[in-house]
Amino acid sequence: MSFVFDVVLAAALLWSGARCLTTARLDQAIVLFIAFGLLLALVWARLSAPDIGLAEAAIGAGLTGALLLDVYGALKRSKP
Amino acid sequence: MKVQRVFKRFVVGSAALAFSVLLIGVMLEPPAAGVDLRAAVSANLAVSGVAHPVTAVLLNFRGYDTLLEIAVLLLALIVILASGLEALSSRPRAVDPVLQTLAQLAAPSMIVVAVYLLWAGAFRPGGAFQAGAVLAAAGVLLHLTGLLPGWQAPTLKLRLGLTAGLLIFLAIAAAVLSQGALMQYPPRQAGMLILLIEAGFTVSLGLILAGLFLFISRDPGDPT
Repeated sequence: MSFVFDVVLAAALLWSGARCLTTARLDQAIVLFIAFGLLLALVWARLSAPDIGLAEAAIGAGLTGALLLDVYGALKRSKP
Repeated sequence: MKVQRVFKRFVVGSAALAFSVLLIGVMLEPPAAGVDLRAAVSANLAVSGVAHPVTAVLLNFRGYDTLLEIAVLLLALIVILASGLEALSSRPRAVDPVLQTLAQLAAPSMIVVAVYLLWAGAFRPGGAFQAGAVLAAAGVLLHLTGLLPGWQAPTLKLRLGLTAGLLIFLAIAAAVLSQGALMQYPPRQAGMLILLIEAGFTVSLGLILAGLFLFISRDPGDPT
């Protein structure tokens, strides 16, 4: 069971990473980046490194995601 | 032309495939770690003052690294401030009242989570960095919902908060200097000292990380 979960998790991680890099839309890329970070936090937890998982979720997905979203909003507002 | 493109694709594809196979091969047979410190860490855990090996390494055995990390983050913020921020007119943005209410509900619980993470770091996954990041995220959330205006210039109180972590760490490091080594805490007080350092760290990290965001966030339409 946990093996199936791991495989699905790894596939989802790779897929979200690839989509994040290849998508043409900036807002989609940012949301995918946040999803990627949360999946990565889960992966760290599965690799029995919960400390890194916590840091990844808080800094990688949370704080960086908020920064990127704010930048996206600023970009959108500055465009006519 | 078409043949050329197909050929190019074939070459790139096969190179990528060969590289992937190589990578998987390496992953399947990882070489033994050159230095294995796990035994040393668990042998000395009792005198470190905390029960969680990661915190013991970060705050006690490799205290230098953590000290320099907070110094680097503080330096980054100082450089941002030194590079010049013009005074901005902080016009309130039109924000969804639902978002504001949600942020008002979330912020206190985020502070509680930060304190819990700080306390939990002594015996389970958690610690000052995660707690500081959660605090910073609360600040960013409040700023994005228009409840917390961006910081124009660091006031004295803010400066004290930003540097408290580093100063407390340096003070403790200097205080235990009389024991012989720079960062060798006496085992009996180690837990208390680590908690004190981590508390300062959490506040400073939260302010620094939020500051990276709040100092440079500009209002729409402002000249950059």
